[in-house]
Amino acid sequence: MIENLIDGPLWYFSLAVFVIGVVWRLGSIIFASRKQDLSVARGAAGPAAIKTVFSRFVPHKEIVSQITVPFVAGYMFHLGLFALLFFAAPHVAFLEENLLGFGWTPMPHWAFIVASQLAFLGLIMLWVRRMVNPVSRLISTWDDHVAAILTFVVMLTGCFALLEGSTGLRLLHRFSVELWLIYFPFSALMHTFTFIPSRAFTGAWFGRRGIDA
Amino acid sequence: MSEKLEKGLEVLRAEMDSKAQAFFSSCVNCGICAESCLFYTETMDPRYTPIYKTEPLRKLWRNEYSFWGKISSALGFSKTMTESDLTDWEELVYDGCSMCGRCSMVCPVGVDISGMIFKVKHALSKAGISPEGLIGATQRAVDIGSPMGITLKTVKAMIKHVEKNTGLKIPMDVEGADYMALLSSNEIALYPEYLESLAKIFDHAGVSWTLSSDAFEATNSGLQIGNKTIAGQLVQRVVDGAEKLKVKTVISPECGHAYTALRWEGPNFIGKAYPFRVVHILELLDELQAAGKIRTTGKEGERLTFHDPCSIVRRGGVNAQPRNLLEPITENFVEMADHGNMNWCCGGGGGVSSNERAEELKLTAFNRKKSQIEATGATGVVTACSNCRMVMEEGVETNEMDVELLGLTEMIAAHLEDRPN
Repeated sequence: MIENLIDGPLWYFSLAVFVIGVVWRLGSIIFASRKQDLSVARGAAGPAAIKTVFSRFVPHKEIVSQITVPFVAGYMFHLGLFALLFFAAPHVAFLEENLLGFGWTPMPHWAFIVASQLAFLGLIMLWVRRMVNPVSRLISTWDDHVAAILTFVVMLTGCFALLEGSTGLRLLHRFSVELWLIYFPFSALMHTFTFIPSRAFTGAWFGRRGIDA
Repeated sequence: MSEKLEKGLEVLRAEMDSKAQAFFSSCVNCGICAESCLFYTETMDPRYTPIYKTEPLRKLWRNEYSFWGKISSALGFSKTMTESDLTDWEELVYDGCSMCGRCSMVCPVGVDISGMIFKVKHALSKAGISPEGLIGATQRAVDIGSPMGITLKTVKAMIKHVEKNTGLKIPMDVEGADYMALLSSNEIALYPEYLESLAKIFDHAGVSWTLSSDAFEATNSGLQIGNKTIAGQLVQRVVDGAEKLKVKTVISPECGHAYTALRWEGPNFIGKAYPFRVVHILELLDELQAAGKIRTTGKEGERLTFHDPCSIVRRGGVNAQPRNLLEPITENFVEMADHGNMNWCCGGGGGVSSNERAEELKLTAFNRKKSQIEATGATGVVTACSNCRMVMEEGVETNEMDVELLGLTEMIAAHLEDRPN
């Protein structure tokens, strides 16, 4: 009964909430009012917008030494999670069978171990910093913590499901993913997508002033 | 709901555009922006974290634009904003932010934090929640035409001195001149050598220029206090003056925020494009030098460095020009460790220097610039903003540093080749 619910209706419901929610959020941002800048541009906004979407992956050298922990932990977590999400063997098989109809070469087991360790360590470092660093502690919201906890649970149950190979643990992982998908569009997790228009807006602003940002 | 709160929220709602929603949807509260802000690095007070200064606007976004805010509101659980959500942030955005924009350069998700802080300042100023000093300066700018209360008579008196010192005629209200020069209040009250230098350089380069008796003041207190309506009124005076004289180009003086107000934000404040071009004085000097119209001689022997005014360089895009101008007249020039687009502010931008209440914090923030200057071993700091120069002179005096502050336009004027007879 529960197995049917988690593998069936709840999965499709969470997927629908995720897709519709993300599209709605992105649409509400992109189609919100935006005033035209009447000043005479010195440089081109478009190319600068595209460039900034990518250039902000690397911090300016003037600030790197002051942000070593969030910079390194951020990359560990995001790269690890990306690798797990798209290259863990069960995920590749699942995407091929249930969503895409085609697959790709999954990462070997040793890479899975490395990726999961990076992701776990990075997430824990970021979370601990959020709680102990006075700045992060002041500005963090309950949403930041819920998003971190949910992501942690998804990763943890994913490892259990892979290692134990039991139906119960697989269902637990899938259920946690469904909760994560439902929460995603209404939370800080949306930065996964909104960082693109955010960087692009700022890049365009600097670009038309002829500034390399 | 109080009148102030109502007005503040009305303005914040009007400011909640596409950009603000993208920014607040993306911020993950990493706090990296704190490390870019000299008010944080010099005090270690987390309240000065740049993104925290946007909290009034962000709270409104959470309450009225986010999913959970809308749900809470529908269920009657939403936390309504109170006047203290605005008044408690007044000190943070007016005393603890120089609008230098360094935070906007480092945000990993690309939030233009400085732009969001300006929106908060706009709401606070419209609601009447601003420091007394800035309100007074803005009122003088509207009533008299200058935040320091400078009138045309004062300018005319200065012109007499400049004409006597240089032997050159300062053109006033010349219709059809190519360029109309503006002056900041500081340049009239503290640094008359700027006008002297302009006269010498333009005479040397054969530039057709004029001052306007209707629009001589470039300082825009409306921008400093964050009030777009007043900023627009002050910009309109310049536009009217330039249109009356039918000039082709208006020259923004050595003043950072004046350049932002006139060059970049002015058309948006008044709602229309200008029929003339606006250049910063450094842009014009660079153009004249490149065209061979400015010829300099001799080099400064002392060790010099350059302080990048934030509004001119990082937020204004005039980065290469000061270097181009310094290169031929210096032989011992050294850059600060963080320079150009990643420079550190002097601590007095964004109206902080006009806000008496922020004096102590401003001097604390100056410690960053102090250590930067000391690391270069320079005995002279060149800059191109009279406000930066004034703030740094105060910092240098307070800290008993053996450093001289120099204006770049004056340096160029001091190195002009003699004109052939």
